[in-house]
Amino acid sequence: MSTTTVPAPAPAEEGTASAARPRRVRRRGERSLGASLASHALLIVASLAALFPIAWLVFLSLGPDKDDYLHPGRIWSKMTFDNYAFVLQHTNFFHWMKSSLIVSLGTTVIGVMVAATTGYAVSRMRFPGYRKLMWVLLVTQMFPIAVLIVPMYQILSELQLIDNYLGLILVYCSTAVPYCAWLLKGYFDTIPFEIDEAGRVDGLSPFGTFFRLILPLARPGLAVAGFYSFITAFGEVAFASTFMLSDTKYTFAVGLQSFVSEHDAQRNLMAATAVLVAIPVSAFFYLVQKNLVTGLTAGGTKG
Amino acid sequence: MTVTIDRATGKRRGDRTPRPGLGRRLKDGYQKHWYAYAMIAPVAVVIGVLVLYPLGYGLYLTLTDANSLNTARTIGVNEIEATYKFIGLDNYADILWGPTAYERFWSHFIWTIVWTALCVGLHYGLGLGLALLLNQKLRGRTFYRLILVLPWAVPTFVTVFGWRFMLADGGIINAGLDALHLPTPLWLEDTFWQRFAAIMVNTWCGVPFMMVSLLGGLQSIDASLYEAAEMDGASAWQRFRHVTLPGLRSVSSTVVLLGIIWTFNQFAVIFLLFGNTAPDAQILVTWAYQLGFGQQPRDFAQSAAYGILLLAILIVFTSFYRRWLNRNEQQLAI
Repeated sequence: MSTTTVPAPAPAEEGTASAARPRRVRRRGERSLGASLASHALLIVASLAALFPIAWLVFLSLGPDKDDYLHPGRIWSKMTFDNYAFVLQHTNFFHWMKSSLIVSLGTTVIGVMVAATTGYAVSRMRFPGYRKLMWVLLVTQMFPIAVLIVPMYQILSELQLIDNYLGLILVYCSTAVPYCAWLLKGYFDTIPFEIDEAGRVDGLSPFGTFFRLILPLARPGLAVAGFYSFITAFGEVAFASTFMLSDTKYTFAVGLQSFVSEHDAQRNLMAATAVLVAIPVSAFFYLVQKNLVTGLTAGGTKG
Repeated sequence: MTVTIDRATGKRRGDRTPRPGLGRRLKDGYQKHWYAYAMIAPVAVVIGVLVLYPLGYGLYLTLTDANSLNTARTIGVNEIEATYKFIGLDNYADILWGPTAYERFWSHFIWTIVWTALCVGLHYGLGLGLALLLNQKLRGRTFYRLILVLPWAVPTFVTVFGWRFMLADGGIINAGLDALHLPTPLWLEDTFWQRFAAIMVNTWCGVPFMMVSLLGGLQSIDASLYEAAEMDGASAWQRFRHVTLPGLRSVSSTVVLLGIIWTFNQFAVIFLLFGNTAPDAQILVTWAYQLGFGQQPRDFAQSAAYGILLLAILIVFTSFYRRWLNRNEQQLAI
């Protein structure tokens, strides 16, 4: 594959043999027609693989019968939007939307607000315990859900917070807060230290510097941290499936599962709901994805 | 140790002065750093209350025989007191060496390792290949990129159901294989094919992240390095081997670590693809969940013990990984 992916080599004997008569030499970055075609072919295959499962879901959502997925050919003749109408009118779709938004937005707001000062402190200051704090922040990133789910379930039942939005928000904050602190540290690192110094020279306290100078400059970073918390909380499955019990408080991740039970599988409705959820979320994702990646990989720490 | 300067205070760290006594150090530390501590206080409180306390409580539960029949619970108006008792390390011993430990733990352990290695390998390989393809001057590059990111953009819990419809008996994949006169495996019932399907779906979900990160890494490699290599007569393969790969090293080490952690902890794909129907295709995380919440009576103590073991595996792995990177004089970007 590598031969198609990097620019084809200029002939090595260029200097010696062909010095006398000028010959058509491929310039840097130019490829032969064959290499171009191969690149396009590979990318088209990959794009189809990426697109097909989602396109298939959309296609199935147009079939009116719950067993239409077995006979996709018949859908063409009876395509309809009835599933969408039914989902919007006769299911808990809007309840689920409300729950999903409350939980995701709650996590986002708390996560960003709590993490902001810490991100700044670990970006600018070295204090005893700094390394330990960074280590704790790193380790909380890799908690498998199996570690916290049992004790959280016990604690939340004692506090009567099972089947409660606040309970789920608190659980999500256990990952969102350390994560936002990481991400924000990365962003604060890119803001020049000279700004802090100027603020200090002009007599601001460290808190004043942070709130008056750095925080307004860090708005894009705060937004990225917020988007990331939102998307993670929105797509979380394990905690939501376990802690939300009444079907009007399900988030989308749980509600979607409820279409398929042991007795019945309303696949057509499920597909329609899935499409309705996926469209706004993916649109939102495309708006922010460029920032997400830089935040994730370049927003690191040294030491 | 490198000399770092605390830019907020202008203090120089790294040149050591004789160490004063403990009381003095605490007092000095407080005076010098109180604003730093005030700033990290919110996160420290949140971590203490939401992470460390449950973690400690979970650790305690693993030393008991707690299950859903003997923990405190409310049935109607009756409050039932907890009656579970302390049994020491029996849970761990039972998981690791007890009877049928192989079926309950080690088989899942091996499958988890295989799953993680194959998935991350495929994510990285395919992601790098696609990133290299996208890093060329190519018509329609942005368009390809937007489509290839799609599996990441749509929430996993949505796409996994799409795959379930496709993989179902009589779904489009088997119909297609049948039309080509190929064997039609029972993707969602037969153990080997369940595992195959799980890896396939997870690979599909995970490649875009690798691709986008590696593409960022490729674009940050200085083009003059390629020119210099070309002047020296390096072949395409040599340029890839000696310019591209070293240039990607720091991005790679970070995304591979993230990929390993995420894949090892991957819950949604396997849980949503199979539910409770595939005991042999469960990786350790989903298996622990099944012990704690997917069966009756719910075995809280064992489930929590699995969780602690998983965390221990990850921490040990990560520290070795960091040490190995440090030996190769690399810094992890996280």
